[in-house]
Amino acid sequence: MNQIVPAVQIAFRALRVNKLRSGLTMLGIIIGVAAVIAMVAVGSGATARIQEQIQSIGSNMIMVIPGSITSSGIRLGAGNAVTLTQDDAKAIAAECPAVAAVAPVSRGGAQVVYGNNNWATSIQGTTPDYLAIRDNQIAEGQSFTQQDVESDAKVAVLGKTVVDNLFGGSDPIGQVIRVKNVPFTVVGTLAPKGQSPMGQDQDDVILLPISTAKKKVLGVNQANAASVGSILVQARDGSLMSQAEEQTRALLRQRHRLQPNQEDDFTVRNLEEVFSAQESSARVMSILLASIASVSLIVGGIGIMNIMLVSVTERTREIGLRQAVGAKTKDILTQFLVEAVTLSLVGGVIGIVLGGAASALISHFAQWNTLVSPTAILMAFAFSAVVGIFFGYYPARKAAFLDPIEALRYE
Amino acid sequence: MAESIEVDNLVKTYRMGEVTVQALRGVSLTIPKGAFVAIMGPSGSGKSTFMNILGCLDKPTAGSYRLDGVEIGGLNRDELAEVRNKKIGFVFQNFNLLARTSALENVELPLLYNGRANRDGKERAMEALRSVGLEGREHHHPNQLSGGQQQRVAIARALINHPQIIMADEPTGALDSRTSVEIMGIFQRLNREQGISIILVTHEPDIACYADRVIVFKDGRVKSDRTTSAPRDARTELEEMPASEIGEEEAAA
Repeated sequence: MNQIVPAVQIAFRALRVNKLRSGLTMLGIIIGVAAVIAMVAVGSGATARIQEQIQSIGSNMIMVIPGSITSSGIRLGAGNAVTLTQDDAKAIAAECPAVAAVAPVSRGGAQVVYGNNNWATSIQGTTPDYLAIRDNQIAEGQSFTQQDVESDAKVAVLGKTVVDNLFGGSDPIGQVIRVKNVPFTVVGTLAPKGQSPMGQDQDDVILLPISTAKKKVLGVNQANAASVGSILVQARDGSLMSQAEEQTRALLRQRHRLQPNQEDDFTVRNLEEVFSAQESSARVMSILLASIASVSLIVGGIGIMNIMLVSVTERTREIGLRQAVGAKTKDILTQFLVEAVTLSLVGGVIGIVLGGAASALISHFAQWNTLVSPTAILMAFAFSAVVGIFFGYYPARKAAFLDPIEALRYE
Repeated sequence: MAESIEVDNLVKTYRMGEVTVQALRGVSLTIPKGAFVAIMGPSGSGKSTFMNILGCLDKPTAGSYRLDGVEIGGLNRDELAEVRNKKIGFVFQNFNLLARTSALENVELPLLYNGRANRDGKERAMEALRSVGLEGREHHHPNQLSGGQQQRVAIARALINHPQIIMADEPTGALDSRTSVEIMGIFQRLNREQGISIILVTHEPDIACYADRVIVFKDGRVKSDRTTSAPRDARTELEEMPASEIGEEEAAA
């Protein structure tokens, strides 16, 4: 330690003597580190945004949709079968241990009228558990209840987009809207959720009790009166997702009396799997950006090496003198290595500050979330130290093994 | 007096491309502790090579050099550095002070390499500066000092580790005559009062006259080695110098 402190002092003095040169040399590292920090910040901002969107779909959510049907040899798309029922939903809730909550959903579109305003929106007939599964919060009023579902109550919960379009500024709670000419009393509004990962407006929606929705608005399917469009299943925990998926599948196969050789007449989708692919592609992107940026760090390191070689040549006599008065190989090596590392670390710190500022600017002007993580800062710091040592070693070694007589005689 | 330097059949050859240059062709001599020796000779005579070997900056090709009984030829690079740090002080013709560094820090420099800088480095450096008459100038940088003052800083730096030997390579080469006498006065005082051996390389016979013994080199061999019966005494000469002949020391003061 008592070697390092004077070495650092000598290094700072040497760097102060040539302020402009030291500054320009550092610039390479500054730009490199700033670029890495900013790029990683942009990348992790994107990843964080995707995670946020996944959260907005619903936590630990599995979606069950009916399978396709084949009619006269024509295979219709998934979701056309009427094989999923409200009873299936109840059974999943009752019999699958890994499942926390279940909500059957029937959806459709309808024109909604309030006073002079009207608006076409998406109607979701469901049960109160839907809110918990989708992480929907009630902003004002309250949700409809299980009792409302059982009694076919004509009550509605409105998304923010619907509220804005129908009511403008006035309070919607207690007002009566007409959905396909059927009057519904507004009991609550949803807190806004923004876009889904697919870019859909998740606030452009009206929630109705599933019973009322089917009977009065969406219409009952003639083939199976109890059928539902989809069933949302929430696992008890993120780690139980695949178990919940398996249990749901097994139960539905059993309930639908499918033989082992028959295919599922429904599809179980784990949405998080879909979006984690998106997330990992964002991560690959940010790694790519960071590696491109780190090329400039290496260029900066070469700049340090260059200037250190110049410095060693310029100070040949000084090195000779130090050797004459007793500096050992490692003393000279340490001195020049510390000088190189000081250059790169000071550059690194300035680069971190600049990179942080740059990512703040990016998030301000590009409306893009950025995240300067402590890990990135630590990595940048460590990396610039490594660059200093790596590119400083050769010049330092050259200095340390100068012949003292030659060095003292050098003009 | 104990023998400090024992040189036996010292040979040094350099390879310069195809040609082999024989700088030293078998030099044998001894220098006791507390001697004041001047080494003279024309350029190319091998005196600088001899000086470099005595100063442990270079190793002989053949033959033996024992400093305080230790065979120098067997030491490696770092061991040589340690010997230089502990036993030898260097004074050069062009002073070799670090620019933009105060006199005090220049004097402290050798302490940096034996871990004593932190303890009593400041006081020791001040003491060394005082002993060469530079009290009050410790914070001056080399470019604020006259040539004679710079050489005094260099001598203080050579003294800081209490060396046995001071190797002075043309120490007055860049100085005017009066300042030269002053510098020689310092060497004589250090030699007589502190018993430090002084080995002085010079090509000026006037300067060599301050030494007790003059060794002349020629063609890599010792041509003559004689003891001066009555060396010049710098102190009395300075006292006798007429006031009109003001040296740069006074002018700069």
